[in-house]
Amino acid sequence: MSVSVEPTSVDPSGKADPSGKQSATATTTASATATEELRPHAETAFADELAALAAQDDRPRPARWRMSPWAVATYLLGGTLADGTVITPKYVGPRRIVEVAVTTLATDRALLLLGVPGTAKTWVSEHLAAAISGDSTLLVQGTAGTPEEAIRYGWNYAQLLAHGPSRDALVPSPVMRAMAEGMTARVEELTRIPADVQDTLITILSEKTLPIPELGQEVQAVRGFNLIATANDRDRGVNDLSSALRRRFNTVVLPLPESADAEVDIVARRVDQIGRSLDLPSAPDGIDEIRRVVTVFRELRDGVTADGRTKVKSPSGTLSTAEAISVVTNGLALAAHFGDGVLRPSDVAAGILGAVVRDPAADRVIWQEYLEAVVRERDGWKDFYRACREVSV
Amino acid sequence: MTAPDTSRIRRRAGGDGPLLLGVRHHGPGSARSVRAALEAARPRTVLIEGPPEADALIALAADEDMRPPVALLAHVVDEPGRSAFWPFAEFSPEWVAIQWALEHDVPARFIDLPATHTLAWHGTQAGSPPPGPAAPPEPAGPPGPSESPEAVAAEEAMRIDPLAVLADAAGYDDPERWWEDVIEHRPGGTSQASKALRGDGDAFAPFEALAEAMGALRDEYGPGGHDRDLIREAYMRIQLRAAQREVGDDVAVVCGAWHVPALRQRTTVSADRALLKGLPKVKADMTWVPWTHRRLSRTSGYGAGIESPGWYGHLFSAPDRPVERWMTRVAGLLRGEDRIVSSAHVIEAVRLADTLAVMRGRPLPGLSETTDAIRAVMCEGSDVPLALVHDKLVVGDVLGEVPASAPAVPLQRDLTQLQRRLRLKPEPLERELELDLRKETDAARSTLLHRLRLLGVDWGEPARPTRGSTGTFRETWRLRWEPEVSVRVAEAGIWGTTVLAAATAKAESDAVAAEALADVTALAERCLLAELPDALPVVMRVLADRAALDTDVGHLAQALPALVRSLRYGDVRGTDTHALAEVAAGLAERVFVGLPPACASLDADAAAEMRRHVDAVHGAVGLLDEPGAGEAPPGAAETAHGGAEAAHGAAEAVSGGAEAVHAEAEAVRGGIRTRWHSVLRVLAGRDTVPGVIRGRSTRLLLDDAELDGDEAGRLMGLALSPGTPPADAAAWIEGFVGGGSGGGMLLVHDEQLLALVDAWLTGVSAEAFTDVLPLLRRTFSAYQPGVRRTLGELVRRGPAGASGPAHGGGAAPPGFAPELDGLRADAVLPVLSLLLGLDDPSGRGLDNPAQTAAPIPAPGHNDLALAEASR
Repeated sequence: MSVSVEPTSVDPSGKADPSGKQSATATTTASATATEELRPHAETAFADELAALAAQDDRPRPARWRMSPWAVATYLLGGTLADGTVITPKYVGPRRIVEVAVTTLATDRALLLLGVPGTAKTWVSEHLAAAISGDSTLLVQGTAGTPEEAIRYGWNYAQLLAHGPSRDALVPSPVMRAMAEGMTARVEELTRIPADVQDTLITILSEKTLPIPELGQEVQAVRGFNLIATANDRDRGVNDLSSALRRRFNTVVLPLPESADAEVDIVARRVDQIGRSLDLPSAPDGIDEIRRVVTVFRELRDGVTADGRTKVKSPSGTLSTAEAISVVTNGLALAAHFGDGVLRPSDVAAGILGAVVRDPAADRVIWQEYLEAVVRERDGWKDFYRACREVSV
Repeated sequence: MTAPDTSRIRRRAGGDGPLLLGVRHHGPGSARSVRAALEAARPRTVLIEGPPEADALIALAADEDMRPPVALLAHVVDEPGRSAFWPFAEFSPEWVAIQWALEHDVPARFIDLPATHTLAWHGTQAGSPPPGPAAPPEPAGPPGPSESPEAVAAEEAMRIDPLAVLADAAGYDDPERWWEDVIEHRPGGTSQASKALRGDGDAFAPFEALAEAMGALRDEYGPGGHDRDLIREAYMRIQLRAAQREVGDDVAVVCGAWHVPALRQRTTVSADRALLKGLPKVKADMTWVPWTHRRLSRTSGYGAGIESPGWYGHLFSAPDRPVERWMTRVAGLLRGEDRIVSSAHVIEAVRLADTLAVMRGRPLPGLSETTDAIRAVMCEGSDVPLALVHDKLVVGDVLGEVPASAPAVPLQRDLTQLQRRLRLKPEPLERELELDLRKETDAARSTLLHRLRLLGVDWGEPARPTRGSTGTFRETWRLRWEPEVSVRVAEAGIWGTTVLAAATAKAESDAVAAEALADVTALAERCLLAELPDALPVVMRVLADRAALDTDVGHLAQALPALVRSLRYGDVRGTDTHALAEVAAGLAERVFVGLPPACASLDADAAAEMRRHVDAVHGAVGLLDEPGAGEAPPGAAETAHGGAEAAHGAAEAVSGGAEAVHAEAEAVRGGIRTRWHSVLRVLAGRDTVPGVIRGRSTRLLLDDAELDGDEAGRLMGLALSPGTPPADAAAWIEGFVGGGSGGGMLLVHDEQLLALVDAWLTGVSAEAFTDVLPLLRRTFSAYQPGVRRTLGELVRRGPAGASGPAHGGGAAPPGFAPELDGLRADAVLPVLSLLLGLDDPSGRGLDNPAQTAAPIPAPGHNDLALAEASR
């Protein structure tokens, strides 16, 4: 189950998170109520805020930017403008990260957002593009099957056969359009794209030009063009960036939620949303179990127990927030269909095992060590320990 | 020096009086400004905030062997443990002022309250954290002289932080950053001193502005809880007046900015003197000691409170373009670590840092901007290489040096005192020293020698005891005081002022730096021997961490026995070993989990190695699990050996004291043995585990009576069944009965097992036999000749087990009657009683039904003893 979550994008008023890639819940953001779309673009959903920021902004703007870098940072981090307009925080996390990201784009270097699944990479990149260029739709989705045409240009074959090669027969890619118009292009999941296709970006990023040898022409990037890529560096089956390409990016790593409470909150919220869309009964006492799952994930991920007293080994899996959500959802389904509807340790134990033990040899030892050294001694975790022992053997 | 100059100084410095240069301690910008101001004003005397006892040491600062960072160390003469430090870095304004004065042949003096008083203050507050040593942390920046970190924290909690107030007023959330922006990065501050000279009015401007701000703060908040500052300032004023009487107003004062308003304040001499009345006094001594950048930083012991001495040093020493130079240095460092960092990276990093600074509204990129840029551009977003940059450059590896002519370090004095008290003279001739740890003096001597060894002062080396005693309460040392030993003591002075403190600090630092897990365990052992209870928690912490992260079960298994040994040592010496026991139990747990997977698919050498680990862990688990049995042997053995009653008493007392600890740890340990047995069972039964380990595990289980003979026979039968490759089967036998484990006796007495081995051996094909022969030979040749002979006889007698394997009753061995001859057996008993030390001549002690009733060949260790004894 692929679940997407934008952990740090939850706005404090408790409104539903409008960002999930496949979230079924309609956004409740005020400015988006008129739309019928399942999920409006950032520039539509937050049009009011963007307009207010642009109007108030008197700082110098880089060429073709809708607002100054400072205003972009405010748009993402939230704040109150001079005229009293409240900007909701889009990203709740270290200020430093947003500042480095915006500054990178202002120095016409490409930006690479790294992080494990569920750290709001896509969310940040969408809002950056919306704030800087007013358009977050110039998007290339990276997959194992992304062809070169998706990054450079394709041909309209009917036109090509009828009239021969010409600019009319050319189908520009989002990147090409961004270059021509001085906009911000986005590449999602850069590391999923095959290595040879990735390297197409090198010329674009270093020479800022895209040759079209068939026509003997080229498209030169105008000022204001830039590119934001997102990538996940801890997953399996990714194509590492070549050092030549990597050199063209400034890298910003988006961290996982800082505190356990924040993460529990995110997991509970998302589980609730997903559960409703799957018509699962909500579990009244589930929060303790969610806290436990999050604690286990965080401890294994950080390599140290929550009280900071004992070190543990980290398994090879990413143990992202998104996985914690899927473990809990799974457990809920188990409890609803095969149990008494109350989320119990035995419902999540198998899911946790599956998430932790990715490498059967090494991870199993790590998990057992964790069970024996940490879980067994912990107050109130007896049931959980027993449940884990049962599924581990 | 011209008249207009002087008048300008007067005007700048507030109308009249001396030139007051308020600084932030260890601020490179302040240092630069101080130099510029001194160049411009050319005073005839320089007064510096610092203990006046060090006046005589100032000249040493010009010595060419003197390299900052160094620190002035003041300590109470007879009590080196009571001490205070005043660290100076190359970029400390005070250091710059000293250097300027020495270069220009101008007298320099320290004017702070003498260490005589401040150390006495320190002493009166013993027990609770002292609210302020000689010079408590300066408000206008982190502290100059500093106390232990707890003391600093306590002080900071109880006083307002004027710098934070100023920074807050300027809209900064971080006072450090405010200082960097407003003072350190002042455009004039980064330029050359010559530029400041050109328009020399500028050289004083920052000091004036800062003094004004501080004045405003002090007006509003008063002394702000810095009560002792008032006394110090009174003393400074008196000193300042004295200097003014000598040279008029041509005096420059370099002190913390906080003090400037107070020095300018008009007070009467008598009022100042009244403040100074009745201050406590102790006899204090001063010297220079080498310091390090790491110690200047906040993270370590006597931190001077600056987080980035390396960065400050760079700012101070870089002639121009500090950011570009810094990035180039970072790139060089990362290249040295084999990271690909090109010039393009440096360029982009500088651009990003500059733009970040603009976006954050700062005049120049500071440390946070450069760090962000380095992370994003050079480190690909990762914090791992960044940690290296922080460690090597931002903090830095700089180690100061002090000329040999500096007065002796207090550590040497402490050692001399200890030597006198323990009547342990440093003699150049080698001699042996026998220590009986039950005696107080000897125990103290041993502790001292162990501590010195930890410090790298190899005055004594442990030697093998000349007499046969192997008791845990006896130690033999070989002592020799060579000239280098004195040098080592001087070097060790950096770790602390007393042997105890220095050894503790050194042990902690060693623990953190240790590479292998076994090193940490050994260190823990040494900490116990050297009685460093304060270092033990850190060492244990590191040990637990290393153990948690070490994936090699071999390392863990190696570490465990040493740890258990330490546990026993601790018990003998009455040290609290609770933490140790906990760590040992945790370590054992990790070994249990990791051992079975680690035993799969090993080659012969690795298997032999692993078998040793299994043995070691088995022994350790036995000691962990049976506290009573663990203690008894040393005590009991000694009693038997030395015949000393005292030993008995001591051992008992110790066991008693340790009881509580063991009872507490019982919950954790209770199952350790059981769990170990289940691990052994897994090992014995798993096919992927090499034969030698399977055999060994079976044997250990059998010895612990966890397996009965039949079960062991079944396992052996499995291991030796025809399908098993002969080499593997031979290895199993090696593991089961090989080595010095007394396996031969087992075969002698369990005919069923012997029959199995025999049947297997006769079934091995001719070719395979030559393969397994060396292994078997190794196994059996280790047996004692008697055992070998008996085995041979048993085998020659033929397979006894066909009809009645357990008791081969009917078939008597050659030379023996089929039945026991009661009369002849009885005749042996008196001799036996004599041999075994039983007083009862009737032999009732041996009159036990099992023995008298059973025929000789019945298995049983008592019989064995009988048989051996009668030979």
